[in-house]
Amino acid sequence: MTQTLYSRTRSPEIEKEIAGGGGGAAMRVIVPLQGVVQGRGGLVLGSIIPCALFYFLQFYLKRNRKDTDDQNNSNSSGQNPNPRSSSYGKLSELPGLTRSLSRGLPSPRSLRGPVFVSGRVRGIVKDSDSPYYVGLRRAKEDPYDELSNPNGVIQLGLAENKLSLDLVKHWLADNAEQAILRNGKELSISQIVPYQPFDGSMEFKVAVAGFMSQVMEKAVSFNPSQVVLTAGATPAIEILSFCLADAGNAFLVPTPYYPGFDRDIKWRTGVEIIHVPCRSTDNFNLSIAALDQAFDQAKKRGLKVRGIVISNPSNPVGNLISRGTLYSLLDFAREKNIHIISNELLAGSTHGNEEFVSMAELLDPDDSDRKRVHIVYGLSKDLSLPGFWVGVIYSYNEEVLAAAKRLARFSSISAPTQCLLVSMLSDAKFVQTLITINRERLQSMYAQFVAGLKKLGVECIKSSGGFYCWADMSGLIRSYNKKGELELWDKLLNIAKVNVTPGSSCHCIEPGWFRFCVTTLTEKDIPVVMDRIQKVSETSKLNR
Amino acid sequence: MRLVVPLQGVVQGRGGLIFGSLIPCALFYFLQLYLKRHRSPRNPPSPSASLQNLAEMNRTSSRSNLLSRGSIGPARISSLATSISKPNDSPYYIGLDKVSEDPYDRFGNPDGVIQLGLSENRLCFDLIEKWMLENLTDSIRGRDGDDLSISGIASYQPLDGTMELKMAMAGFMSHVIGGAVSFEPSQMVLTAGATPAIETLCFCLADHGNAFLVPTPYYPGFDRDMKWRTGVELIPVHCRSTDNFTLSISVLDQAFNQTRKRGTKIRGILLSNPANPVGNLLSREILCDLLDFAREKNIHIISDEIFAGSIYGNEEFVSIADVLDSEDFDKSRVHIVYGLSKDLSLPGFLVGVIYSLNDNVLVAARKLTRFSSISAPTQKLLVSMLSDARFIKEYMETNKKRIRNMRDLFVSGLEGLGIRCADSSAGLYCWANMSKLIPSYGEKGELELWDKLLNVAKINVTPGSACHCIEPGWFRCCFTTLDEEDIPLVMERIRKATDSRAS
Repeated sequence: MTQTLYSRTRSPEIEKEIAGGGGGAAMRVIVPLQGVVQGRGGLVLGSIIPCALFYFLQFYLKRNRKDTDDQNNSNSSGQNPNPRSSSYGKLSELPGLTRSLSRGLPSPRSLRGPVFVSGRVRGIVKDSDSPYYVGLRRAKEDPYDELSNPNGVIQLGLAENKLSLDLVKHWLADNAEQAILRNGKELSISQIVPYQPFDGSMEFKVAVAGFMSQVMEKAVSFNPSQVVLTAGATPAIEILSFCLADAGNAFLVPTPYYPGFDRDIKWRTGVEIIHVPCRSTDNFNLSIAALDQAFDQAKKRGLKVRGIVISNPSNPVGNLISRGTLYSLLDFAREKNIHIISNELLAGSTHGNEEFVSMAELLDPDDSDRKRVHIVYGLSKDLSLPGFWVGVIYSYNEEVLAAAKRLARFSSISAPTQCLLVSMLSDAKFVQTLITINRERLQSMYAQFVAGLKKLGVECIKSSGGFYCWADMSGLIRSYNKKGELELWDKLLNIAKVNVTPGSSCHCIEPGWFRFCVTTLTEKDIPVVMDRIQKVSETSKLNR
Repeated sequence: MRLVVPLQGVVQGRGGLIFGSLIPCALFYFLQLYLKRHRSPRNPPSPSASLQNLAEMNRTSSRSNLLSRGSIGPARISSLATSISKPNDSPYYIGLDKVSEDPYDRFGNPDGVIQLGLSENRLCFDLIEKWMLENLTDSIRGRDGDDLSISGIASYQPLDGTMELKMAMAGFMSHVIGGAVSFEPSQMVLTAGATPAIETLCFCLADHGNAFLVPTPYYPGFDRDMKWRTGVELIPVHCRSTDNFTLSISVLDQAFNQTRKRGTKIRGILLSNPANPVGNLLSREILCDLLDFAREKNIHIISDEIFAGSIYGNEEFVSIADVLDSEDFDKSRVHIVYGLSKDLSLPGFLVGVIYSLNDNVLVAARKLTRFSSISAPTQKLLVSMLSDARFIKEYMETNKKRIRNMRDLFVSGLEGLGIRCADSSAGLYCWANMSKLIPSYGEKGELELWDKLLNVAKINVTPGSACHCIEPGWFRCCFTTLDEEDIPLVMERIRKATDSRAS
């Protein structure tokens, strides 16, 4: 009686579990055993199998818990010397101690103590210790200025483009009020103040689609109805991640990748990133074989892979993905039936002679595979307007578009900004000038910086896109591993006062690579930077 | 853990072998029995051989199908996207969609649908327009030298809002909320609207599967803000018309205990004060009781005070921040949500505020604003608007006056039709009791009336069931999107639709 009652009260939860993801596998294990128990001669098997399983379970649990048990013993007896090596003891004792503390305290404290903050957020709060964020903070606290703060930190870690800001400023000064208040001739207060479509007004979508076509220079025409606008490319990537994968699923991402992906793809969605390592011997180009291997390994671990996230032009390396590789990627995605998120945020910021090929170019109108391709774009890089927070999701999948439109409610672009940008992007002459001049300046800046590094004996990967160069400083690091790399990074930040992004922040598999963003500098700053780097590199060489 | 450890002892101790095998055997047997019993409704009661084969055949065929389809079939999208990409079936959103397709305009489209379902304030557009015309140039360019100010617009800004805007906002909030409360700019996080502010707090305070208590009727958008992406549950705490929909602690306690019995962890209470959709205020006593309740249960309170400045009654609005200041309560568990879309009627600007005294929550929320930051031109504009003390004072006074006037007209119009509204003193809406007009006393009858109002009378109102109200027949009517001249038309349309029912 009590048994049935018990089972009844618990049943809804079990039902949920069975209906949920893991149900299938559990079912298959239990069903044959039931047959065994109920069938003939099953009694023996039916008791041996569970016994054995149970025994192994206990064995397994005990083995895994051994460490903590040992520590609890040694903690309680106090002076009990640890039989294992002292360093190991210290290392394992620390987490043990904190764990038992945190367990013991909540009950007596529960009335007064700090109230629960969600577990996912505790991870986020801690996450800021990565060198990428530490460096950004330092550069912000003590920024270099030629006149007022010549000893400050020079920012080479933020992918911001200041080269063409004068053009944008000039346009804003001339047109801003007109753009916000008067649309055509009538006063457009009713387009600014009330609620607007949360995924961007149709006018704005048309303007953005036109701008994208202009930037990509090709016969690609973007359809405004497939555009969802968000407050920045970061939420655009997160929304796609929410739409394409459930918590616990995974995306394949070629390394080195933009450090922000860990935040955008993983933090709130619970999605995992599987690294697909690219190497300097291939000029950090993606190989399908590595992709395939990572896919199989993830599958073996029981992870469901939902897609690939690529950056083209890539960040931090700056190389472009060739048409051939893009086709192979599409084939791979079709074969595995997964999605592709193509981050083309830097499509307009190319500086080489190589041709940029957008994923959109490859797709035929009647190709059923279009539905698995989603493009991310934004105005922060190519239009050098990061403070405006405009991101674009361009997808061929109606369901994803419908869901993304609704999720855009959580990160919409405010109406005055939309009005401003509609008229800026509709000014075709201005846009064309901006793109051309920006490319020229970028090219000259990149060439000067790379030449400067070369004089110091630092080689950069050949690249044709983006605001940075990807420099090989493995000759300057003291030990060929992550530790050596971070030591050099630390020296560059604290002694040379130059903030760069170490390869390990981008999950680069080879140590000693650094990303230098060149577009926050003026030409006059380059000698200063080279001078500062040289000092550090000399001391590094001496110490070796 | 506790179950396994003693058994380990048994197995390793003396004579444990028997126990150690009997106990798991028995447990395993009961587990199978239990699973079988539980699954029996899905299986045929007496599985004959042929049936079993059939079931198996089905399964294998579906599997091979999947494999062959693998290359052509659509790639899977997440369950969240699947569920929200479907057309919405909540009357709240259906009504809003209907209005956007065919909006009423006195001259352009006199037969269109009149919007009473969106809490938007259009009464003071003229004041804002006037201010913009006079000040826009200065606020974007800056008064002295345009260069610095424009580069401030274009480059990366602090994600959670510039310090200037936070200071201006703190001043504005103190002005609006009144009393002795002063808001500290450093405790503030600005987001692109109140919706992401609530979602961000929800991400910070609760994990997937945890729950929040919410007094009903509540704003239909909370289901989206609190549940969609966070995986948090909302537990309704029902308030009734006999109490004028005022929250009582005993009902709260009951809901808390019931939820805990189900094994769900409750992380907090979500209040809206002034309440949306009812429009009543929480008294100082109830706020104190709520704070005590939260302390006793060790949970958070999110207080949504987005209508704090839209007061038209004589009752005084008390912010939970005021109560916190006046007595010795634990401040780290209280989080206030505010925004400019209602009180300053700037919904298109999308500006929301999280005000919290919990440092961990602030640090996390600041990082999460990376996903919904306010764009720089808007911030610039708002800094000068909010700092213009004379404009703000004049605006707030005029706004209150106009809301009160509209409310009186609208409520007396409804009374002329025999429809009474709940007592209220704030908000942009009234909460009308149409239970006498519904064909059957239940959700079905309510939705029939709603459908008739939308499709026959061409008026979009929000039915109580969309707000999870436990009593049928209540409707939320927002009157601040109307002109005074429209009120007789609205009343006429309601009268016709409801008369035709009687005849």
